[in-house]
Amino acid sequence: MRSECINYGYTYESPLPVGRLVYQLADKAQVCTQRSWKRPYGVGLLVAGLDESGAHLYNNCPSGNYFEYQAFAIGSRSQAAKTYLERKFEKFTESSRDDLVKDALFAIRETLQGEKLTSSVCTIAVVGVGEAFNILDQETVQALINEFEISGEEAPINESVAEQSVGDDQRSAAAEEAAPMDI
Amino acid sequence: MDTLLSSEGDSQRTQYPYVTGTSIIGIKYKDGILMAADMGGSYGSTIRYKSVERLKQVGKHSLIGASGEISDFQEILKYLDELILHDNMWDDGNSLGPKEVHNYLTRVMYNRRNKFDPLWNSLVIGGVKNGQKYLGSVSMIGVHYEDDHLATGFGNHLARPILREEWREDLSFEEGVKLLEKCMRNLLYRDRSAVNKLQIAKITEEGLTVSQPYSLKTFWNFAAFQNPTVGATGSW
Repeated sequence: MRSECINYGYTYESPLPVGRLVYQLADKAQVCTQRSWKRPYGVGLLVAGLDESGAHLYNNCPSGNYFEYQAFAIGSRSQAAKTYLERKFEKFTESSRDDLVKDALFAIRETLQGEKLTSSVCTIAVVGVGEAFNILDQETVQALINEFEISGEEAPINESVAEQSVGDDQRSAAAEEAAPMDI
Repeated sequence: MDTLLSSEGDSQRTQYPYVTGTSIIGIKYKDGILMAADMGGSYGSTIRYKSVERLKQVGKHSLIGASGEISDFQEILKYLDELILHDNMWDDGNSLGPKEVHNYLTRVMYNRRNKFDPLWNSLVIGGVKNGQKYLGSVSMIGVHYEDDHLATGFGNHLARPILREEWREDLSFEEGVKLLEKCMRNLLYRDRSAVNKLQIAKITEEGLTVSQPYSLKTFWNFAAFQNPTVGATGSW
């Protein structure tokens, strides 16, 4: 993928649009399904990026299929996150960057099946207009998590249900040390 | 490989241009880019063709002007046509702008130069995309520039000094045309391959227009041209 991007940039002095990149990637993946001596790629990808027509999110499959989404989740326990996102995604185009990060954290939390969400098991990366791709550092992520854990906010079922307090059931975040995770 | 007769064969060395166009001048102005070119195609020292269009549109956002070998320009237009076609076929809301076209052509020209088989042209690419004005030039050896005003061939020597003095950021369309005409008139007087039939192309965010061909008024009534042989000492 890096080669495709760098070759395009070299020829055109312009970034390769994401949609074209995932198309080229999908073609390569498909070939591996049609040659008897090859095996399909063992990974699915979520690819996000910006181009002239705005922000895009794609899911590339080992089959060579690829689809565009407003919001998506992949992996063994992704269904819980998908269900959350399905409820919320229509608001995303109007949401602020920070609200979107919060939504992402909520979605991820759904996949934990009750386990505690901490920054040692969670990485967040953001890319946007005027914001180059960057991975948020652990302190920032933990601070964001604390914001909604301490205020006792449950991921809202629907708009009319008030936030339920779950603060008492959980050990306070401060008592636990975040295990260092080098990215 | 027969190296005595080197007209065909894989190993082409430097070619010779046959039908050539002379200078192109391009300037940025308030609303976009203006480019001027005459319509002459010279066959050596003969002015053979007098209706050659040397300014052409490329996609939605760009304009290209070429000097040098006309047949090589036609081939470049074929490459560009294919490039734009494939870009349009994606149909994904993205489009190649003048910067991208300029860089693509730089790569093409430089690669041909490395194979000792150049496209014998000097090109000027201009355009506006998303409010950004762009003006760039590429030579047959792949040397490329970007600037507020550019020229090729004789235009480098005769037009650019005028532009350096008189170009401004906020030229109106009329002022830009007058400036270009001043340069073209100069070239008409001094460049032997210039013809008095030119087109001016304008490209803005809204689109491109190429003017109908027209001629410049010239003045030859200088005192020194009256009775030029007065005072001459004998014949040879």
